[in-house]
Amino acid sequence: MNPLELARAEPGPAFTVTLDGRELEALPGQTVAATLWAAGVTSWRTTRGAGRPRGIFCGIGVCHDCLVTVNERPNQRACLVPVRPGDAIRTQEGTGHEH
Amino acid sequence: MSTEPGPPRLTIVGAGPAGLAAALAAAGRGVRVTVVDAARAAGGQFYRQPSAGLGARRPQALHHQWRTWQRLSDGLAREVAAGRVTHLPDHHVWCVERRLDGSGRFTVHALVGPEQEKPVEVRADAVLLATGGYEKVLPFPGWTLPGVVTAGGAQAMLKGTLAVSGRTAVVAGTGPLLLPVATGLASAGVTVAALVESAHPAALVRRTGALTRRADKLTEGAWYAAELLRRRVRTLVRHTVVEAHGDDRVEAVTVAALDAEGRVRGGTGLRIPCDTLAVGHGLLPHTDLAEALGCRIESTGPRVWVDEEQRTDVPGVWAAGETTGIGGAALSLAEGHIAGRSAAARLGGRVPDPGEWAKAAKAREELREFFGAIDAVYVPPAHWTEQVTDDTVVCRCEEVTAGAVREAVGELGAADVRTVKLLTRAGMGWCQGRICEPAVAGIAGCGQAVARRPFALPVPLGVLSRAGESGEDDGDDAPP
Ligand SMILES: Cc1cc2nc3c(=O)[nH]c(=O)nc-3n(C[C@H](O)[C@H](O)[C@H](O)COP(=O)(O)OP(=O)(O)OC[C@H]3O[C@@H](n4cnc5c(N)ncnc54)[C@H](O)[C@@H]3O)c2cc1C
Ligand code: FES
Repeated sequence: MNPLELARAEPGPAFTVTLDGRELEALPGQTVAATLWAAGVTSWRTTRGAGRPRGIFCGIGVCHDCLVTVNERPNQRACLVPVRPGDAIRTQEGTGHEH
Repeated sequence: MSTEPGPPRLTIVGAGPAGLAAALAAAGRGVRVTVVDAARAAGGQFYRQPSAGLGARRPQALHHQWRTWQRLSDGLAREVAAGRVTHLPDHHVWCVERRLDGSGRFTVHALVGPEQEKPVEVRADAVLLATGGYEKVLPFPGWTLPGVVTAGGAQAMLKGTLAVSGRTAVVAGTGPLLLPVATGLASAGVTVAALVESAHPAALVRRTGALTRRADKLTEGAWYAAELLRRRVRTLVRHTVVEAHGDDRVEAVTVAALDAEGRVRGGTGLRIPCDTLAVGHGLLPHTDLAEALGCRIESTGPRVWVDEEQRTDVPGVWAAGETTGIGGAALSLAEGHIAGRSAAARLGGRVPDPGEWAKAAKAREELREFFGAIDAVYVPPAHWTEQVTDDTVVCRCEEVTAGAVREAVGELGAADVRTVKLLTRAGMGWCQGRICEPAVAGIAGCGQAVARRPFALPVPLGVLSRAGESGEDDGDDAPP
């Protein structure tokens, strides 16, 4: 049993997004964070100071640990942003403005 | 109160159990209601729904009290169709402002959309804050590793996006929320290697008075306990997480037994392999919008102070649900109902008769008493700071360590959280101290101050400079 089966989910057709250029499958209705979790990725940024990996912490938009760059816009909260076909997601280093 | 023609307008911030109960109570009584919520769908935390695009045909598999939700969501749909309620989802409120024109009216400022770009203003004759709460997590070595999530966060990701972060989880911390989180993850196919509760539920027995009056809540707890047993989830009480291990993500946690004083008992460490640690130490009310309005905030919680009618001490501002103190969905429903009725009467120029909501008031009293007893038992271990090593990050945003906080107190002489903050930058990052404040106060050994955050969200400077110029958004609401 997985969560989709448990809730008897029948999502619309899956689509493709990229994480640092690598293709991932995403489902309509998911957030960027859920898409990354489904692909087995739990960290997608490194901190400004010590360069440590971070991903989801609070899951509801409070902690800002899940910041990520989506379509060249840095500092998006992955737990809130809905994923869209063709999204180019990039792991974010530091403030996300270094590139 | 209204200076414009048409029915008076009540704006409710939050579409959780409290906000929805209030909306339904007020809408039927001559008030025009606008419900503003950051989420893409109504429900709040307890009734968080899977995104529509996921096509969940059995969302109730992840829920408790589904019938209550159906009543709320049907009611909302009915009132929206009748034009008495406007629901504005995806609206992130960053400030509620009392108008300076002497009208006693309000402007609710929001940013629209998940990326929160477009500013919007909603006008109101009265405001009801039903913004709920968020989770408190105290630090321990390894708590910043990916795969360590808040217990409520694991639940929110599961309910809202049908996603889990791994295959094997440990659920740990303290409080009744750990039970639905552990059973929820287990039913979604995650192996729950252990449920680790630092309190001893046997302590509840000493408080039976408050508890037996809410036999329904006790049965609910027993149901979860039976469910955990059935799923063979190992439950460790009076145990705490000492450390999360891993390099780039969590690979195992060490838990240990606590003695009667709440100190880790030497030699009891137990290492449990897992790829997810869902951890929580209770909930904290969202008080920022109330703070900015100048409402009285009580330091226990901290929470928004309300009277018997759920009014704050600022005229025209009501508050209901967990923003006024943590107590679960049933209490939020009762408070919302009372707040909605009170607001409707007052906006109609009447003094309400509390007899109208006697049943809700009784439930409110019993549930506040019940959660008072729960709160007294489910507290973090008394000596939790002894497990926080100097190199443990305390403020996740600014990467301030416990050592730096201790130095600010010991060598630099800081005596309160504000000074620690100024000396270390703890609490000055993105989350504005929401996550680290209880930890900083605990490690510094000083009381938690009532925060004064000017805004509920980081607001782009461009939006601030244009505030007041943007269009009014009342959704599909045609001007009267
Ligand atoms: C992450 C999390 C998960 C939880 N899961 C469970 C659970 O599974 N079982 C359980 O028994 N209890 C759970 N709880 C406890 C839960 O808080 C209560 O049971 C109940 O939902 C409280 O109702 P409420 O109406 O007061 O607030 P909530 O249900 O929290 O609703 C508040 C609403 O206000 C909105 N909001 C807040 N701030 C703003 C803003 N600035 N602008 C716009 N909108 C805003 C939020 O989006 C939310 O929809 C959870 C709590 C949290 C924090
Ligand atoms: S996980 Fe906390 S803001 Fe996204």
